[in-house]
Amino acid sequence: MVAHLDSLKFADNAARARADASLQAALAKLQRDTRLARPGIISRLPEFEALRDRAVEIKDHTLAYLDHYLEAFEANLADAGGEMHWCRDADEARATILDICRTAGAKTIAKGKSMVSEEIALNDHLIANGFDVVETDLGEYILQLREETPSHLVMPAIHLKKEQVAQTFRDFHTDLPADRLLEEPAAMTEEARHKLREKFLAADVGITGANMLVAETGSIVVVTNEGNGDLTQTLPRVHIAIATIEKVVPRIEDALTILRILARSATGQEITCYTTTATGPRRAGDPDGPEEFHLVLLDNGRTGLLDDACRDVLRCIRCGACQSACPVYGAAGGHAYGGVYSGPIGAVLGPALAGLDKAWPLPEASSFCGNCQAVCPMRIPLPSLMRRWREAAHDRHLNKARGRIAVGLWGWAARRPGLYRLGARIGIELLARLGGKRGRFRLLPFAGGWTAERDLPAPEGGTFIDLWKREQKPGS
Amino acid sequence: MSPRDDILARIRRATGRAEDAPAPTPTYAAKPLIPARGRGTPAELIARFIEMAEEGSATISRVKSTDDVPEAIAFYLARENLPSEAVIAPSAEMTALPWERTALTLRQGAATDDDLVSISPAYAGISETGSLMVRSGRTTPYTLNFLPDTHIAVLEASDIVGAYEDAWTKLRPDNEAGAALPRTVTLITGPSRSSDIERTVTIGVHGPRRLHIVLVEDENGEAA
Repeated sequence: MVAHLDSLKFADNAARARADASLQAALAKLQRDTRLARPGIISRLPEFEALRDRAVEIKDHTLAYLDHYLEAFEANLADAGGEMHWCRDADEARATILDICRTAGAKTIAKGKSMVSEEIALNDHLIANGFDVVETDLGEYILQLREETPSHLVMPAIHLKKEQVAQTFRDFHTDLPADRLLEEPAAMTEEARHKLREKFLAADVGITGANMLVAETGSIVVVTNEGNGDLTQTLPRVHIAIATIEKVVPRIEDALTILRILARSATGQEITCYTTTATGPRRAGDPDGPEEFHLVLLDNGRTGLLDDACRDVLRCIRCGACQSACPVYGAAGGHAYGGVYSGPIGAVLGPALAGLDKAWPLPEASSFCGNCQAVCPMRIPLPSLMRRWREAAHDRHLNKARGRIAVGLWGWAARRPGLYRLGARIGIELLARLGGKRGRFRLLPFAGGWTAERDLPAPEGGTFIDLWKREQKPGS
Repeated sequence: MSPRDDILARIRRATGRAEDAPAPTPTYAAKPLIPARGRGTPAELIARFIEMAEEGSATISRVKSTDDVPEAIAFYLARENLPSEAVIAPSAEMTALPWERTALTLRQGAATDDDLVSISPAYAGISETGSLMVRSGRTTPYTLNFLPDTHIAVLEASDIVGAYEDAWTKLRPDNEAGAALPRTVTLITGPSRSSDIERTVTIGVHGPRRLHIVLVEDENGEAA
C-alpha cells in the first residue's frame, strides 16, 4: 500500500485534485448520479425514515450496553466453534492475524474488502512477512495492483478511468496476449474473474471484514455484490473475520433492519446481491466451508469515543452516502483527505483515530451545507461533530494564526451587539459605495479564493437587522 | 490485564456499567418494524417476489408441480445454449425429482471450479426484495451458490414469505432447540455484479453470471 497523503496538507492535495480533469469528471458524475437517483430510491420504501430512526435506536442501545453484547457474542460464537481474539490496537491485531496465518501454514491469503484492515495496514504487514495476499473485491484488486488506497467507502476505485484500469491489467497480467481487447469494463471484469479465481482456489486463509456482528447468535454478517466475500469465507481452510467493537447488534432482527437502509444508502440498491450470516466454522458433515473460524475484535480507539461527544460516530455503517453527497468530497476526491476515511465521515473519524494534531484540516474542509447529515442513514450529526473538532483545533492553536485572529476579532465584536451593529452598518455602507455602479466586486483583499471563481455582489438595503426591523413594522 | 479485560473495563468505565449489571432488554424489540411491502396475501407475495427478483436480474420459470422441474431446467439450459451437465445438491428433494425425463448429466455434491451449472433448493423466497434464502448444510453445499457460472435454484411457492424476518422465523424452529444455526444463511438477490470500474454495472465478477429460479406453484398458483 502506498503511504497515505498527508491530512495536514489537505488544501494542497485538494488543489492538485482540482487540476486533475479525469478525477473531476468521475467525481462530477458520482455527485450528479447520486443526486438524481436518491429521491426514487427513498420513495420506494415509505418506511425509510422510520427505519432510520429504528436503526439509530438499535445502535444507541447497543453502545450503551456494549460490554454485555460483546460478551454475549463471544459466548455464542464459542458455542458455534469459533474463536474470538480481542485486540486493543493495530499492533495486537496484526500480530494476532499473522500468528493465525503462520499456524495454518498459509502461503496465499484471499482478502475481502475491509476498511478495518486498511486502518491497521494489514496487507503490508502480511506481505512483509512473506505471504501472498490478494484483494478479491474488483475495485480493491485494481488498487492493490496500482499500490493505491481506496478513495470511497463502497466505490474504492471511483477515482480511476477504465483506460487506467486497462493499462494496469496489461502491465500486470503479462501472461495474457498483448493484443487482447480490453476496452470495456465487462472485458476487464472477465479478466479479473479468471485471475482471482486462481487465487481463491489456492488460498489457505480467507480474511474478510464484517458489516455486523450479531450478539444473540455469534454470527457475522457480510454483504457484497460480487460474491467475493462468500468465496473468501468458504474456499480457504481458515477464515479470519476482522471487526471493530461497535459493529455488534443485539439480534438478527436488528441486523435485518439495518440491512434495509445500508445498500439503499450506499449504492441505491434494495439489497446487495449477497448478504451472508455466517456462524463459526463448517459443521460436522458439511461438504464445504472453513475448518477454523477466527473473529479478530479490535478496539483501535473506539472505547475512547464511547463517552465522548463523538460517540454518535460509532453508529456509522460505512455506507459512503455522506461522501457521495458532500460537495467538498465531490471537489477534492477521497485521497486528498490523506487518511483511511474521507469525506465527512473522514473529517470526523480522522482526528479521532489519527489525533487532531495530525488531521485538524479535515473538519475545516466543510461548508456545513448539511448534506451529509441529511443523507446519513444513522443520523450522525456530522456537521456538529466537525464543528467540535474546529473548536478544539482553535483552542489548541493548531489551525493557522490568521484564521484564529479573524475568529477572535469577530467573537470579540459579536459579544458587543451595539458595536457589532454599528460596525456592520458602516461596513455595508462602505462596501455598497465601493461596489459602485457595477454593484459587484471582482477582487477583494483577503478573499482572493472567493473572487478568483466568482464576483461578490455588493450589499444593498442595509444590514439584516435593519431589514428585519422594517419587515416587523406593522403596515409596512 | 489481558486485552479482553482491558477493552471491557474501558467500555464499562465509559458507559458507567458495573461488571455484574443485569442484561438489558431492547425497548424497541417489542415493536417490529416491517415494511408494508413485506405483507400481503400469498398471491400478492408471489407476484411481488417475481417482480423484485426479475428487477434484480434473476430469471424465473414457473412450473405447476415438482415433477415438472427437471424438464423446465433442461429447457432453460438448452434455450440459453448452456451445458447439459450440472452439479446438484445431494438432498432428497432434489435427487428424487424425475431427472430421467431429461438428458441432463448430473453429479451430486459440492461444486468445484470445473462445474459450469449448479442446481440447488432455495430454503425460502423473500417477497420484499425478491431474494432467495439459502443455507449451507450436509445436503446443501454452500459452493453450489457461488462457483458455477450458472446457478439454478428451485423454490416452492409455498416457501415464499413476505419479509426477511419471516424467513428467519421459518428457519429458527427448523434447527432443533439449542442447535447452532447452519454455518451460513445467505440472501441471494440476482447474479454476482460489480460497478467498480467507472460505475458501469458488470455481471458475473466472482459468483454466477446467471441466476435462474424455477418456481413451483400448485394448480391455483397460490401458496399451499
